[in-house]
Amino acid sequence: MTVTRTATLPAAPAGPPVARPPRRRGRAGGRRERPNWLAGVLATGWLVLVAVPLYYLVAASFRTRQDYLSTSPLKPPSAPTVENYVTVLQGGFTTYLLNTVIVTVGTVLIVLAVTVPAAYAVARNAGPLVQRMFSLMLIGLAIPAQATIIPVYLLITQLRLYDTLLAIILPTAAFALPVAMLVLTNSLRDVPKELYEAQTLDGAGPLAVLRHLVLPLAKPAITTVSVFTALNAWNGFLFPLVLTQSQSTRVLTLGLWDFQGQFGTNVPGLLAAVTLSVVPIFVLYLIGRRYLLSGLTAGFGK
Amino acid sequence: MRTGQQRPSAWYAAPALLFFGLFAVLPMVLVVYLSFTDWDGFGFPQPSGAENWSRLVQDGEARDALWLTLVLMVLSWAVQTPVALLIGVWAAGRQRNRAVLSSLFFLPLLLSTAAIALLWRSVLDPNFGVTQSLPFLDRFNFLGNTEIVIYTVVFVITWQYVPFHTLLYQAAARSIPVSLYEAATIDGAGRYKQFFTITLPLLKYTVITSTVLMLVGSFTTFDTILILTGGGPGTTTRIAPLYMYITGFSGFEFGYASAIAVLLLALGAGLSLVVTRATGFRDMQSQQEGV
Repeated sequence: MTVTRTATLPAAPAGPPVARPPRRRGRAGGRRERPNWLAGVLATGWLVLVAVPLYYLVAASFRTRQDYLSTSPLKPPSAPTVENYVTVLQGGFTTYLLNTVIVTVGTVLIVLAVTVPAAYAVARNAGPLVQRMFSLMLIGLAIPAQATIIPVYLLITQLRLYDTLLAIILPTAAFALPVAMLVLTNSLRDVPKELYEAQTLDGAGPLAVLRHLVLPLAKPAITTVSVFTALNAWNGFLFPLVLTQSQSTRVLTLGLWDFQGQFGTNVPGLLAAVTLSVVPIFVLYLIGRRYLLSGLTAGFGK
Repeated sequence: MRTGQQRPSAWYAAPALLFFGLFAVLPMVLVVYLSFTDWDGFGFPQPSGAENWSRLVQDGEARDALWLTLVLMVLSWAVQTPVALLIGVWAAGRQRNRAVLSSLFFLPLLLSTAAIALLWRSVLDPNFGVTQSLPFLDRFNFLGNTEIVIYTVVFVITWQYVPFHTLLYQAAARSIPVSLYEAATIDGAGRYKQFFTITLPLLKYTVITSTVLMLVGSFTTFDTILILTGGGPGTTTRIAPLYMYITGFSGFEFGYASAIAVLLLALGAGLSLVVTRATGFRDMQSQQEGV
Protein backbone atom coordinates (compact mmCIF):
# COMPACT_ATOMS: atom_id res chain seq x y z
CA MET A 1 0.00 0.00 0.00
CA THR A 2 2.10 2.79 -1.30
CA VAL A 3 -0.78 5.20 -1.18
CA THR A 4 -0.81 5.26 2.58
CA ARG A 5 2.66 6.60 2.70
CA THR A 6 2.30 9.21 0.02
CA ALA A 7 -1.23 10.25 0.89
CA THR A 8 -0.08 12.71 3.49
CA LEU A 9 2.26 14.53 1.16
CA PRO A 10 0.95 17.70 -0.42
CA ALA A 11 -0.38 17.31 -3.92
CA ALA A 12 2.40 18.19 -6.29
CA PRO A 13 1.48 19.12 -9.81
CA ALA A 14 2.33 16.29 -12.14
CA GLY A 15 5.70 17.30 -13.48
CA PRO A 16 7.17 16.11 -16.71
CA PRO A 17 6.94 12.34 -16.43
CA VAL A 18 10.52 11.84 -17.50
CA ALA A 19 11.70 13.65 -14.40
CA ARG A 20 11.16 10.80 -12.01
CA PRO A 21 11.78 7.38 -13.34
CA PRO A 22 13.91 6.33 -10.34
CA ARG A 23 10.88 6.25 -8.05
CA ARG A 24 9.24 3.70 -10.19
CA ARG A 25 11.42 0.79 -9.46
CA GLY A 26 11.60 -1.21 -6.29
CA ARG A 27 7.89 -1.22 -5.78
CA ALA A 28 5.55 -3.86 -6.99
CA GLY A 29 3.64 -2.97 -10.10
CA GLY A 30 4.52 0.56 -11.14
CA ARG A 31 3.05 2.01 -14.30
CA ARG A 32 4.24 4.36 -16.95
CA GLU A 33 3.72 7.98 -16.11
CA ARG A 34 2.76 9.54 -19.39
CA PRO A 35 -0.51 11.33 -18.68
CA ASN A 36 -3.46 9.13 -19.53
CA TRP A 37 -6.08 11.62 -20.63
CA LEU A 38 -9.04 9.31 -20.91
CA ALA A 39 -8.63 7.85 -17.44
CA GLY A 40 -7.68 11.25 -16.05
CA VAL A 41 -10.87 12.87 -17.34
CA LEU A 42 -12.94 10.00 -16.01
CA ALA A 43 -11.22 10.18 -12.64
CA THR A 44 -11.78 13.93 -12.44
CA GLY A 45 -15.42 13.48 -13.34
CA TRP A 46 -15.75 10.90 -10.61
CA LEU A 47 -14.04 13.22 -8.16
CA VAL A 48 -16.63 15.94 -8.84
CA LEU A 49 -19.44 13.42 -8.36
CA VAL A 50 -17.98 12.43 -4.99
CA ALA A 51 -16.95 15.86 -3.76
CA VAL A 52 -20.06 17.89 -4.59
CA PRO A 53 -22.60 15.81 -2.64
CA LEU A 54 -20.25 15.49 0.31
CA TYR A 55 -19.60 19.22 0.34
CA TYR A 56 -23.35 19.80 0.14
CA LEU A 57 -23.88 17.37 3.03
CA VAL A 58 -21.49 19.11 5.39
CA ALA A 59 -22.38 22.64 4.28
CA ALA A 60 -26.12 22.09 4.62
CA SER A 61 -25.75 20.58 8.07
CA PHE A 62 -24.46 23.96 9.30
CA ARG A 63 -27.26 25.99 7.72
CA THR A 64 -30.28 27.42 9.40
CA ARG A 65 -33.53 26.17 7.91
CA GLN A 66 -34.21 29.60 6.49
CA ASP A 67 -30.81 29.65 4.84
CA TYR A 68 -31.36 26.17 3.44
CA LEU A 69 -34.65 27.11 1.85
CA SER A 70 -33.56 30.43 0.42
CA THR A 71 -29.97 30.19 -0.82
CA SER A 72 -28.26 28.00 -3.37
CA PRO A 73 -27.15 24.70 -1.80
CA LEU A 74 -23.70 25.10 -3.31
CA LYS A 75 -22.90 28.40 -1.62
CA PRO A 76 -21.27 28.23 1.81
CA PRO A 77 -23.71 28.73 4.72
CA SER A 78 -24.38 32.45 5.19
CA ALA A 79 -24.60 32.19 8.99
CA PRO A 80 -23.12 28.84 10.08
CA THR A 81 -24.85 27.31 13.07
CA VAL A 82 -24.42 24.17 15.16
CA GLU A 83 -28.07 24.27 16.12
CA ASN A 84 -28.83 21.24 13.91
CA TYR A 85 -26.25 19.17 15.69
CA VAL A 86 -27.69 20.14 19.06
CA THR A 87 -31.15 19.12 17.88
CA VAL A 88 -29.86 15.77 16.64
CA LEU A 89 -27.88 15.03 19.78
CA GLN A 90 -30.94 15.79 21.89
CA GLY A 91 -33.14 13.66 19.63
CA GLY A 92 -31.89 10.24 20.66
CA PHE A 93 -28.74 10.17 18.56
CA THR A 94 -26.54 9.14 21.48
CA THR A 95 -28.79 6.17 22.29
CA TYR A 96 -28.66 5.05 18.67
CA LEU A 97 -24.91 5.47 18.59
CA LEU A 98 -24.47 3.45 21.77
CA ASN A 99 -26.72 0.68 20.39
CA THR A 100 -24.71 0.56 17.19
CA VAL A 101 -21.48 0.35 19.15
CA ILE A 102 -22.86 -2.54 21.24
CA VAL A 103 -24.09 -4.36 18.14
CA THR A 104 -20.77 -3.84 16.36
CA VAL A 105 -18.58 -4.95 19.25
CA GLY A 106 -20.85 -7.90 20.05
CA THR A 107 -20.87 -9.09 16.45
CA VAL A 108 -17.09 -8.85 16.10
CA LEU A 109 -16.51 -10.70 19.37
CA ILE A 110 -18.81 -13.57 18.44
CA VAL A 111 -17.37 -13.88 14.95
CA LEU A 112 -13.78 -13.95 16.22
CA ALA A 113 -14.59 -16.31 19.09
CA VAL A 114 -16.07 -18.96 16.80
CA THR A 115 -14.01 -18.51 13.63
CA VAL A 116 -10.45 -18.38 14.98
CA PRO A 117 -10.55 -21.91 16.46
CA ALA A 118 -12.56 -23.17 13.47
CA ALA A 119 -10.11 -21.73 10.96
CA TYR A 120 -7.27 -23.30 12.96
CA ALA A 121 -9.02 -26.66 12.75
CA VAL A 122 -9.57 -26.32 9.01
CA ALA A 123 -6.02 -25.13 8.32
CA ARG A 124 -4.53 -27.95 10.39
CA ASN A 125 -6.76 -30.45 8.68
CA ALA A 126 -8.84 -31.70 11.58
CA GLY A 127 -10.53 -34.30 9.44
CA PRO A 128 -12.67 -34.73 6.33
CA LEU A 129 -15.85 -33.81 8.17
CA VAL A 130 -14.49 -30.39 9.07
CA GLN A 131 -13.22 -29.85 5.52
CA ARG A 132 -16.61 -30.66 4.08
CA MET A 133 -18.33 -28.30 6.51
CA PHE A 134 -15.89 -25.60 5.49
CA SER A 135 -16.73 -26.03 1.80
CA LEU A 136 -20.39 -25.89 2.71
CA MET A 137 -19.84 -22.67 4.58
CA LEU A 138 -18.09 -21.09 1.62
CA ILE A 139 -21.23 -21.63 -0.42
CA GLY A 140 -22.72 -19.23 2.07
CA LEU A 141 -20.66 -16.51 0.37
CA ALA A 142 -23.16 -16.55 -2.46
CA ILE A 143 -26.25 -16.73 -0.27
CA PRO A 144 -28.14 -13.47 -0.09
CA ALA A 145 -28.86 -12.81 3.59
CA GLN A 146 -31.78 -10.62 2.59
CA ALA A 147 -33.76 -13.55 1.26
CA THR A 148 -33.80 -15.17 4.69
CA ILE A 149 -35.21 -12.29 6.72
CA ILE A 150 -38.63 -13.89 7.12
CA PRO A 151 -37.41 -17.16 8.69
CA VAL A 152 -34.85 -15.19 10.72
CA TYR A 153 -37.73 -13.08 11.99
CA LEU A 154 -39.65 -16.24 12.90
CA LEU A 155 -36.60 -17.71 14.62
CA ILE A 156 -35.90 -14.56 16.61
CA THR A 157 -39.51 -14.21 17.78
CA GLN A 158 -39.58 -17.89 18.78
CA LEU A 159 -36.36 -17.40 20.76
CA ARG A 160 -38.10 -14.43 22.43
CA LEU A 161 -35.30 -12.15 21.32
CA TYR A 162 -37.44 -9.81 19.22
CA ASP A 163 -36.66 -6.13 19.84
CA THR A 164 -33.37 -6.78 21.60
CA LEU A 165 -29.87 -5.92 20.44
CA LEU A 166 -28.99 -9.62 20.53
CA ALA A 167 -31.61 -10.15 17.82
CA ILE A 168 -29.48 -7.99 15.51
CA ILE A 169 -26.14 -9.38 16.64
CA LEU A 170 -26.82 -13.10 16.10
CA PRO A 171 -27.88 -13.14 12.42
CA THR A 172 -25.42 -10.37 11.51
CA ALA A 173 -22.60 -12.46 12.97
CA ALA A 174 -23.84 -15.66 11.29
CA PHE A 175 -23.81 -14.09 7.84
CA ALA A 176 -20.33 -12.67 8.45
CA LEU A 177 -18.92 -16.15 9.12
CA PRO A 178 -18.18 -17.32 5.54
CA VAL A 179 -15.95 -14.36 4.68
CA ALA A 180 -14.28 -14.48 8.08
CA MET A 181 -13.56 -18.19 7.69
CA LEU A 182 -12.18 -17.70 4.20
CA VAL A 183 -9.79 -14.93 5.23
CA LEU A 184 -8.61 -16.61 8.44
CA THR A 185 -8.18 -20.05 6.93
CA ASN A 186 -6.19 -18.70 4.00
CA SER A 187 -3.87 -16.85 6.35
CA LEU A 188 -3.37 -19.85 8.65
CA ARG A 189 -2.62 -22.09 5.70
CA ASP A 190 0.27 -19.75 4.92
CA VAL A 191 1.91 -20.65 8.20
CA PRO A 192 4.70 -23.16 7.46
CA LYS A 193 3.91 -26.64 8.71
CA GLU A 194 7.27 -26.74 10.47
CA LEU A 195 6.19 -24.02 12.88
CA TYR A 196 3.22 -26.04 14.04
CA GLU A 197 5.34 -29.17 14.28
CA ALA A 198 8.08 -27.46 16.27
CA GLN A 199 5.51 -26.35 18.82
CA THR A 200 4.04 -29.81 18.96
CA LEU A 201 7.47 -31.38 19.51
CA ASP A 202 7.94 -29.03 22.40
CA GLY A 203 4.94 -30.71 23.93
CA ALA A 204 2.40 -27.96 23.32
CA GLY A 205 -1.21 -29.08 23.04
CA PRO A 206 -3.57 -27.63 20.43
CA LEU A 207 -4.82 -25.01 22.86
CA ALA A 208 -1.30 -23.78 23.56
CA VAL A 209 -0.54 -23.72 19.83
CA LEU A 210 -3.68 -21.70 19.29
CA ARG A 211 -2.65 -19.19 21.91
CA HIS A 212 1.09 -18.91 21.24
CA LEU A 213 1.31 -19.50 17.51
CA VAL A 214 -2.03 -19.06 15.76
CA LEU A 215 -3.19 -15.89 17.48
CA PRO A 216 0.04 -13.91 16.95
CA LEU A 217 0.52 -15.09 13.37
CA ALA A 218 -3.08 -14.53 12.34
CA LYS A 219 -3.09 -10.98 13.67
CA PRO A 220 -3.28 -9.24 10.27
CA ALA A 221 -6.08 -11.56 9.17
CA ILE A 222 -7.88 -11.04 12.47
CA THR A 223 -7.65 -7.29 11.95
CA THR A 224 -9.06 -7.61 8.44
CA VAL A 225 -11.90 -9.80 9.63
CA SER A 226 -12.66 -7.47 12.53
CA VAL A 227 -12.82 -4.43 10.28
CA PHE A 228 -14.93 -6.18 7.69
CA THR A 229 -17.35 -7.55 10.26
CA ALA A 230 -17.49 -4.30 12.18
CA LEU A 231 -18.32 -2.26 9.08
CA ASN A 232 -21.06 -4.69 8.12
CA ALA A 233 -22.56 -4.55 11.57
CA TRP A 234 -22.16 -0.77 11.76
CA ASN A 235 -23.88 -0.21 8.41
CA GLY A 236 -26.45 -2.97 8.77
CA PHE A 237 -29.97 -1.87 7.99
CA LEU A 238 -32.17 -4.81 7.19
CA PHE A 239 -31.81 -6.96 10.30
CA PRO A 240 -32.37 -4.00 12.64
CA LEU A 241 -35.33 -2.88 10.54
CA VAL A 242 -37.03 -6.25 10.76
CA LEU A 243 -35.93 -7.43 14.18
CA THR A 244 -36.27 -4.38 16.39
CA GLN A 245 -39.01 -1.91 16.99
CA SER A 246 -38.67 0.40 19.96
CA GLN A 247 -36.58 3.51 20.30
CA SER A 248 -34.43 2.00 23.04
CA THR A 249 -33.09 -0.68 20.66
CA ARG A 250 -32.81 1.54 17.60
CA VAL A 251 -29.42 1.54 15.87
CA LEU A 252 -27.87 4.43 14.01
CA THR A 253 -28.81 3.47 10.45
CA LEU A 254 -32.41 2.98 11.46
CA GLY A 255 -32.26 6.16 13.49
CA LEU A 256 -31.25 8.12 10.37
CA TRP A 257 -34.26 6.78 8.53
CA ASP A 258 -36.36 7.72 11.49
CA PHE A 259 -34.95 11.26 11.58
CA GLN A 260 -36.07 11.52 7.98
CA GLY A 261 -39.68 11.08 9.05
CA GLN A 262 -39.33 12.93 12.32
CA PHE A 263 -37.66 16.02 10.90
CA GLY A 264 -39.91 16.27 7.88
CA THR A 265 -38.88 19.49 6.23
CA ASN A 266 -35.90 20.06 8.52
CA VAL A 267 -33.40 18.83 5.97
CA PRO A 268 -30.38 20.51 7.63
CA GLY A 269 -31.23 18.57 10.80
CA LEU A 270 -31.37 15.32 8.87
CA LEU A 271 -28.08 16.07 7.14
CA ALA A 272 -26.46 16.90 10.46
CA ALA A 273 -27.52 13.45 11.67
CA VAL A 274 -26.09 11.86 8.51
CA THR A 275 -22.83 13.78 8.96
CA LEU A 276 -22.56 12.75 12.61
CA SER A 277 -23.13 9.13 11.67
CA VAL A 278 -20.13 9.24 9.33
CA VAL A 279 -17.76 10.88 11.84
CA PRO A 280 -16.74 7.71 13.77
CA ILE A 281 -15.86 5.80 10.59
CA PHE A 282 -14.13 8.86 9.17
CA VAL A 283 -11.93 9.11 12.26
CA LEU A 284 -11.05 5.43 11.87
CA TYR A 285 -10.26 6.09 8.22
CA LEU A 286 -7.83 8.84 9.20
CA ILE A 287 -6.14 6.66 11.82
CA GLY A 288 -5.94 3.36 10.01
CA ARG A 289 -6.75 3.88 6.36
CA ARG A 290 -4.80 0.81 5.37
CA TYR A 291 -6.62 -1.52 7.75
CA LEU A 292 -9.97 -0.07 6.86
CA LEU A 293 -9.47 -0.52 3.13
CA SER A 294 -8.10 -4.04 3.51
CA GLY A 295 -11.02 -4.93 5.74
CA LEU A 296 -13.46 -3.55 3.21
CA THR A 297 -12.25 -5.84 0.47
CA ALA A 298 -11.72 -8.80 2.79
CA GLY A 299 -11.14 -12.00 0.91
CA PHE A 300 -11.66 -10.40 -2.49
CA GLY A 301 -8.87 -7.89 -2.74
CA LYS A 302 -5.94 -10.19 -3.25
CA MET B 1 0.73 -35.34 6.70
CA ARG B 2 -0.71 -37.14 9.66
CA THR B 3 2.27 -36.80 11.95
CA GLY B 4 1.52 -35.02 15.21
CA GLN B 5 -1.06 -36.35 17.62
CA GLN B 6 -1.57 -32.79 18.61
CA ARG B 7 -3.78 -31.54 15.83
CA PRO B 8 -6.85 -29.62 16.91
CA SER B 9 -9.89 -31.83 17.11
CA ALA B 10 -13.05 -31.25 15.11
CA TRP B 11 -14.56 -29.70 18.22
CA TYR B 12 -12.64 -26.52 17.45
CA ALA B 13 -14.90 -26.03 14.45
CA ALA B 14 -18.09 -26.99 16.25
CA PRO B 15 -19.17 -23.57 17.60
CA ALA B 16 -18.78 -21.92 14.19
CA LEU B 17 -20.70 -24.68 12.44
CA LEU B 18 -23.41 -24.74 15.05
CA PHE B 19 -23.81 -20.99 14.88
CA PHE B 20 -23.83 -20.90 11.10
CA GLY B 21 -26.25 -23.81 11.04
CA LEU B 22 -28.68 -22.18 13.42
CA PHE B 23 -28.77 -18.65 12.04
CA ALA B 24 -27.93 -19.14 8.36
CA VAL B 25 -28.64 -22.70 7.21
CA LEU B 26 -31.77 -23.27 9.26
CA PRO B 27 -33.41 -20.06 7.94
CA MET B 28 -32.72 -21.21 4.39
CA VAL B 29 -34.52 -24.46 5.10
CA LEU B 30 -37.27 -22.71 7.04
CA VAL B 31 -38.01 -20.29 4.23
CA VAL B 32 -38.85 -23.21 1.94
CA TYR B 33 -41.22 -24.60 4.57
CA LEU B 34 -42.79 -21.18 5.12
CA SER B 35 -43.48 -20.83 1.41
CA PHE B 36 -46.01 -23.64 1.84
CA THR B 37 -47.79 -21.96 4.73
CA ASP B 38 -50.12 -19.14 5.48
CA TRP B 39 -48.70 -16.83 8.15
CA ASP B 40 -49.59 -13.30 9.18
CA GLY B 41 -46.46 -12.82 11.30
CA PHE B 42 -48.23 -13.45 14.59
CA GLY B 43 -49.11 -16.83 15.98
CA PHE B 44 -47.98 -19.86 14.04
CA PRO B 45 -47.67 -20.54 10.30
CA GLN B 46 -50.55 -22.68 8.99
CA PRO B 47 -49.82 -25.17 6.20
CA SER B 48 -51.56 -24.10 3.03
CA GLY B 49 -50.24 -26.49 0.40
CA ALA B 50 -48.93 -25.02 -2.82
CA GLU B 51 -51.29 -22.06 -2.69
CA ASN B 52 -48.52 -19.45 -2.51
CA TRP B 53 -46.72 -21.00 -5.41
CA SER B 54 -49.71 -21.13 -7.72
CA ARG B 55 -50.35 -17.52 -6.80
CA LEU B 56 -46.74 -16.60 -7.55
CA VAL B 57 -46.91 -18.18 -11.00
CA GLN B 58 -49.89 -16.02 -11.89
CA ASP B 59 -48.71 -12.84 -10.19
CA GLY B 60 -48.05 -10.19 -12.81
CA GLU B 61 -46.59 -7.83 -10.20
CA ALA B 62 -44.02 -10.44 -9.21
CA ARG B 63 -43.09 -10.89 -12.85
CA ASP B 64 -42.65 -7.14 -13.26
CA ALA B 65 -40.56 -7.02 -10.10
CA LEU B 66 -38.30 -9.82 -11.34
CA TRP B 67 -37.89 -8.18 -14.72
CA LEU B 68 -37.01 -4.90 -13.01
CA THR B 69 -34.45 -6.71 -10.85
CA LEU B 70 -32.84 -8.11 -13.97
CA VAL B 71 -32.82 -4.72 -15.71
CA LEU B 72 -31.29 -3.09 -12.66
CA MET B 73 -28.68 -5.83 -12.37
CA VAL B 74 -27.59 -5.58 -15.99
CA LEU B 75 -27.62 -1.78 -16.04
CA SER B 76 -25.64 -1.36 -12.85
CA TRP B 77 -23.13 -3.98 -13.95
CA ALA B 78 -22.70 -2.32 -17.34
CA VAL B 79 -22.17 1.10 -15.76
CA GLN B 80 -20.03 0.11 -12.79
CA THR B 81 -17.59 -2.25 -14.48
CA PRO B 82 -15.94 0.10 -16.98
CA VAL B 83 -15.92 2.99 -14.49
CA ALA B 84 -14.38 0.91 -11.68
CA LEU B 85 -11.92 -0.76 -14.04
CA LEU B 86 -10.61 2.48 -15.55
CA ILE B 87 -10.43 4.40 -12.29
CA GLY B 88 -8.85 1.41 -10.58
CA VAL B 89 -6.11 1.11 -13.18
CA TRP B 90 -5.59 4.87 -13.10
CA ALA B 91 -5.42 4.92 -9.28
CA ALA B 92 -2.84 2.13 -9.35
CA GLY B 93 -0.48 4.63 -11.01
CA ARG B 94 2.40 6.31 -9.36
CA GLN B 95 1.92 10.07 -9.52
CA ARG B 96 1.64 11.78 -6.22
CA ASN B 97 -1.58 13.63 -6.90
CA ARG B 98 -3.19 10.31 -7.66
CA ALA B 99 -2.61 9.21 -4.09
CA VAL B 100 -4.40 12.25 -2.74
CA LEU B 101 -7.18 12.00 -5.28
CA SER B 102 -7.73 8.33 -4.76
CA SER B 103 -8.05 8.84 -1.03
CA LEU B 104 -10.99 11.09 -1.92
CA PHE B 105 -12.41 8.53 -4.33
CA PHE B 106 -12.99 6.06 -1.57
CA LEU B 107 -14.94 8.40 0.70
CA PRO B 108 -18.36 6.98 -0.26
CA LEU B 109 -17.19 3.73 1.30
CA LEU B 110 -17.37 5.38 4.69
CA LEU B 111 -21.07 6.15 4.43
CA SER B 112 -23.67 3.58 5.37
CA THR B 113 -26.38 2.64 2.91
CA ALA B 114 -28.87 4.64 4.93
CA ALA B 115 -26.63 7.71 4.88
CA ILE B 116 -26.04 7.45 1.13
CA ALA B 117 -29.69 7.00 0.25
CA LEU B 118 -30.77 9.88 2.49
CA LEU B 119 -28.02 12.12 1.13
CA TRP B 120 -28.99 11.52 -2.48
CA ARG B 121 -32.64 11.88 -1.68
CA SER B 122 -31.99 15.39 -0.57
CA VAL B 123 -29.41 16.16 -3.30
CA LEU B 124 -31.98 15.18 -5.92
CA ASP B 125 -34.92 16.81 -4.16
CA PRO B 126 -37.14 18.38 -6.83
CA ASN B 127 -37.58 21.58 -4.81
CA PHE B 128 -34.45 22.30 -2.81
CA GLY B 129 -31.94 19.78 -4.10
CA VAL B 130 -28.49 20.54 -5.49
CA THR B 131 -29.61 19.56 -8.97
CA GLN B 132 -32.18 22.35 -8.87
CA SER B 133 -29.49 24.98 -8.72
CA LEU B 134 -27.48 23.55 -11.59
CA PRO B 135 -28.05 24.41 -15.23
CA PHE B 136 -29.62 21.70 -17.38
CA LEU B 137 -30.03 19.28 -14.45
CA ASP B 138 -32.72 21.51 -12.95
CA ARG B 139 -35.27 20.46 -15.54
CA PHE B 140 -35.40 16.86 -14.31
CA ASN B 141 -37.29 15.35 -11.42
CA PHE B 142 -34.89 12.50 -10.82
CA LEU B 143 -36.89 10.71 -8.17
CA GLY B 144 -40.41 11.56 -9.28
CA ASN B 145 -40.30 10.90 -13.01
CA THR B 146 -41.23 7.32 -13.80
CA GLU B 147 -39.08 7.33 -16.93
CA ILE B 148 -35.89 8.53 -15.24
CA VAL B 149 -36.09 7.07 -11.75
CA ILE B 150 -34.58 3.69 -12.65
CA TYR B 151 -31.49 5.43 -14.04
CA THR B 152 -31.32 7.51 -10.88
CA VAL B 153 -31.30 4.31 -8.86
CA VAL B 154 -28.53 2.85 -11.06
CA PHE B 155 -26.57 6.05 -10.58
CA VAL B 156 -26.86 6.04 -6.79
CA ILE B 157 -25.95 2.35 -6.61
CA THR B 158 -22.95 3.09 -8.82
CA TRP B 159 -21.92 5.95 -6.55
CA GLN B 160 -22.19 3.64 -3.59
CA TYR B 161 -20.32 0.61 -4.95
CA VAL B 162 -17.81 1.87 -7.52
CA PRO B 163 -15.21 2.73 -4.85
CA PHE B 164 -15.27 -0.84 -3.56
CA HIS B 165 -14.77 -2.31 -7.02
CA THR B 166 -12.17 0.33 -7.80
CA LEU B 167 -10.22 -0.92 -4.79
CA LEU B 168 -10.29 -4.45 -6.17
CA TYR B 169 -9.05 -3.27 -9.57
CA GLN B 170 -6.44 -0.98 -8.05
CA ALA B 171 -4.96 -3.80 -5.97
CA ALA B 172 -4.94 -6.16 -8.95
CA ALA B 173 -3.44 -3.60 -11.33
CA ARG B 174 -0.68 -2.87 -8.81
CA SER B 175 0.36 -6.50 -8.81
CA ILE B 176 0.99 -6.57 -12.57
CA PRO B 177 4.79 -6.72 -13.01
CA VAL B 178 6.27 -3.48 -14.42
CA SER B 179 8.60 -5.53 -16.58
CA LEU B 180 5.67 -6.53 -18.79
CA TYR B 181 4.98 -2.90 -19.63
CA GLU B 182 8.66 -2.14 -20.08
CA ALA B 183 8.98 -5.01 -22.52
CA ALA B 184 5.87 -3.88 -24.36
CA THR B 185 7.20 -0.33 -24.56
CA ILE B 186 10.46 -1.57 -26.05
CA ASP B 187 8.41 -3.51 -28.56
CA GLY B 188 6.73 -0.23 -29.44
CA ALA B 189 3.27 -0.95 -28.05
CA GLY B 190 1.31 2.20 -27.21
CA ARG B 191 -0.77 2.85 -24.15
CA TYR B 192 -4.04 1.56 -25.50
CA LYS B 193 -2.44 -1.48 -27.00
CA GLN B 194 -0.78 -2.21 -23.68
CA PHE B 195 -4.08 -1.77 -21.88
CA PHE B 196 -5.84 -4.28 -24.10
CA THR B 197 -3.00 -6.79 -24.37
CA ILE B 198 -1.52 -6.66 -20.86
CA THR B 199 -3.73 -4.93 -18.31
CA LEU B 200 -7.12 -6.25 -19.32
CA PRO B 201 -6.14 -9.93 -19.76
CA LEU B 202 -4.29 -9.90 -16.44
CA LEU B 203 -7.28 -8.36 -14.70
CA LYS B 204 -9.56 -11.09 -15.99
CA TYR B 205 -10.03 -12.76 -12.63
CA THR B 206 -10.67 -9.45 -10.96
CA VAL B 207 -13.33 -8.67 -13.54
CA ILE B 208 -14.93 -12.02 -12.72
CA THR B 209 -14.73 -11.54 -8.95
CA SER B 210 -16.16 -8.06 -9.22
CA THR B 211 -18.90 -9.25 -11.59
CA VAL B 212 -19.95 -12.06 -9.28
CA LEU B 213 -20.11 -9.67 -6.35
CA MET B 214 -22.09 -7.12 -8.36
CA LEU B 215 -24.60 -9.63 -9.72
CA VAL B 216 -25.21 -11.36 -6.41
CA GLY B 217 -25.24 -7.99 -4.68
CA SER B 218 -27.77 -6.37 -6.96
CA PHE B 219 -30.01 -9.37 -6.56
CA THR B 220 -30.43 -8.57 -2.94
CA THR B 221 -29.46 -5.01 -2.21
CA PHE B 222 -32.64 -3.19 -1.74
CA ASP B 223 -32.13 -1.04 1.33
CA THR B 224 -30.79 1.72 -0.92
CA ILE B 225 -33.96 1.63 -3.00
CA LEU B 226 -36.22 1.26 0.02
CA ILE B 227 -34.89 4.52 1.46
CA LEU B 228 -34.33 6.36 -1.81
CA THR B 229 -37.65 5.76 -3.53
CA GLY B 230 -39.59 3.25 -1.42
CA GLY B 231 -40.11 1.38 -4.68
CA GLY B 232 -41.88 4.33 -6.27
CA PRO B 233 -43.12 6.37 -7.88
CA GLY B 234 -45.89 3.79 -8.14
CA THR B 235 -44.08 0.50 -8.56
CA THR B 236 -41.44 1.72 -11.01
CA THR B 237 -38.49 0.81 -8.78
CA ARG B 238 -40.03 -2.02 -6.80
CA ILE B 239 -37.49 -4.76 -7.44
CA ALA B 240 -38.21 -8.33 -6.37
CA PRO B 241 -36.49 -8.24 -2.95
CA LEU B 242 -38.39 -5.06 -2.14
CA TYR B 243 -41.62 -6.68 -3.31
CA MET B 244 -40.85 -9.55 -0.95
CA TYR B 245 -40.19 -7.19 1.94
CA ILE B 246 -43.34 -5.16 1.34
CA THR B 247 -45.52 -8.28 0.91
CA GLY B 248 -44.22 -9.66 4.19
CA PHE B 249 -43.60 -6.80 6.54
CA SER B 250 -46.21 -4.35 5.26
CA GLY B 251 -48.82 -6.72 3.86
CA PHE B 252 -48.33 -9.37 6.57
CA GLU B 253 -48.47 -12.16 4.00
CA PHE B 254 -45.34 -13.89 5.20
CA GLY B 255 -46.17 -17.18 3.51
CA TYR B 256 -46.42 -15.61 0.10
CA ALA B 257 -43.38 -13.42 0.77
CA SER B 258 -41.45 -16.59 1.63
CA ALA B 259 -42.30 -18.05 -1.76
CA ILE B 260 -40.79 -14.93 -3.37
CA ALA B 261 -37.78 -15.29 -1.08
CA VAL B 262 -37.25 -18.91 -2.13
CA LEU B 263 -37.36 -17.81 -5.75
CA LEU B 264 -34.76 -15.13 -4.99
CA LEU B 265 -32.53 -17.59 -3.15
CA ALA B 266 -32.72 -20.06 -6.01
CA LEU B 267 -32.10 -17.44 -8.67
CA GLY B 268 -29.28 -15.83 -6.69
CA ALA B 269 -27.54 -19.12 -5.96
CA GLY B 270 -28.13 -20.36 -9.51
CA LEU B 271 -26.76 -17.17 -10.94
CA SER B 272 -23.56 -17.25 -8.93
CA LEU B 273 -23.15 -20.94 -9.76
CA VAL B 274 -23.50 -20.26 -13.48
CA VAL B 275 -21.14 -17.30 -13.35
CA THR B 276 -18.52 -19.13 -11.28
CA ARG B 277 -18.68 -22.25 -13.46
CA ALA B 278 -18.68 -20.36 -16.73
CA THR B 279 -15.78 -18.15 -15.79
CA GLY B 280 -13.56 -20.39 -13.72
CA PHE B 281 -14.01 -18.28 -10.59
CA ARG B 282 -13.81 -21.47 -8.57
CA ASP B 283 -10.41 -22.39 -10.03
CA MET B 284 -9.17 -18.96 -9.18
CA GLN B 285 -10.23 -19.40 -5.57
CA SER B 286 -8.19 -22.59 -5.28
CA GLN B 287 -5.26 -20.97 -7.05
CA GLN B 288 -5.25 -18.31 -4.40
CA GLU B 289 -5.35 -20.69 -1.52
CA GLY B 290 -2.13 -20.43 0.36
CA VAL B 291 -0.98 -17.40 -1.58
